[in-house]
Amino acid sequence: MRHLMNPLDFTVEELDKLFDLANDIESNPAKYAHACEGKKLATCFYEPSTRTRLSFEAAMLNLGGQVLGFSDASSSSAAKGESVSDTIRIVSCYADICAMRHPKEGAPMVAASRSGIPVINAGDGGHQHPTQTLTDLLTIRSLKGRLGDFTIGLCGDLKFGRTVHSLINALIRYPDIRFIFISPPELKVPDYITDMLTEKGIAYEEVIRLEDCMPDLDLLYMTRVQKERFFNEEDYVRLKDFYILDKNKLSAAREDMLVLHPLPRVNEISVEVDDDPRAVYFKQAQYGVYVRMALILTLLELA
Amino acid sequence: MLNVGKIEEGFVLDHIEAGKSLSIYHHLKLDKLDCTVAIIKNARSNKMGKKDILKVECDINTLNLDILAVIDHNITVNVIKDGEIVDKKELVLPQEIHNVIKCKNPRCITSIEQELPHIFVLADEEKEIYRCKYCEEKASRSATQWYT
Repeated sequence: MRHLMNPLDFTVEELDKLFDLANDIESNPAKYAHACEGKKLATCFYEPSTRTRLSFEAAMLNLGGQVLGFSDASSSSAAKGESVSDTIRIVSCYADICAMRHPKEGAPMVAASRSGIPVINAGDGGHQHPTQTLTDLLTIRSLKGRLGDFTIGLCGDLKFGRTVHSLINALIRYPDIRFIFISPPELKVPDYITDMLTEKGIAYEEVIRLEDCMPDLDLLYMTRVQKERFFNEEDYVRLKDFYILDKNKLSAAREDMLVLHPLPRVNEISVEVDDDPRAVYFKQAQYGVYVRMALILTLLELA
Repeated sequence: MLNVGKIEEGFVLDHIEAGKSLSIYHHLKLDKLDCTVAIIKNARSNKMGKKDILKVECDINTLNLDILAVIDHNITVNVIKDGEIVDKKELVLPQEIHNVIKCKNPRCITSIEQELPHIFVLADEEKEIYRCKYCEEKASRSATQWYT
């Protein structure tokens, strides 16, 4: 039995297989409409996350399966003090696979160690959010036609943004990738990441202004400055509007550049950009469903 | 000056930072071992001023001392057989350590689930870096919170 805790749990070859499956689901949804009939997905969400939870639920429903679960800790037995280990043992009796989100880092790993069913980490604090990374990789692979041989700009909160850290770790396994980190000094990518890139001989650059690198980019990954990652309201208010992508900035970009965003956005991408063909963040959300479908099938050994 | 007799077989752990011997006693789980242990606190030392020493009389194959490499590299481990020092043991950093270092990350699951063991995994042998198995928080030697 396999779980998914970290995007690196799968080898590059396994990911290729997963993405091929996701693309086949995209092309032939009817073929998979009953693939999970009689199976149940438990969504154990100890903190609210409408988007990820709905994406998982849509994925299972598209496969003909059913879903059950809770969407915040107060409506679960955790409010009575039940441990994650006990909860997953119980959930294992009710469902065939579990997607777990928890504000505490490592909680899904604890669950996986005691679980009788596959557990998918649906986000644990500021630590990992592997299905977001799989979504990002599938989007890039599907729309660019390749993973590797491109320059990617990562913009916004690069210090606390776990999606950014996970994506960097996943991308360095592919050839010829150059990173450009675009952030205010306060929200720079952590040293351990730049140290790792230097050690592996992977090219990267750190810039302050989005405009400084726009023409160089094949991909631009925008992120939100997340309020919940700050301990201090003042810092949040001061930094949140630093990097906003609008039509004017986008005009300097290549015709085939793609703009990605893990969503939800606040105001870091102006709505006027939404109709630009380079803006693929809503397509990205659709790919999130396909990749979760492929993942459920793979972990349930139904692929 | 206090005199503690020789041991026939076992280990003498020398150059322990003064005051740390009891914590090492617990980390090595000597309380659970049916053997003679001498804990010497604040012994005079030319090198350190004051130091602690632990003498453990036991079969030298029964005790895994690698945990000492995590706690303090400067500890000297003398292996005793037939009342004589026969070896100075090289300590190897263990791949995984349980309940030795406490995870300090307030966002880690171990911060709310008290019964979970604090497990750290050796992430970089050269730099002697351990990371929490759950949240991957780095344990730096200077700011480590020991689990005792």
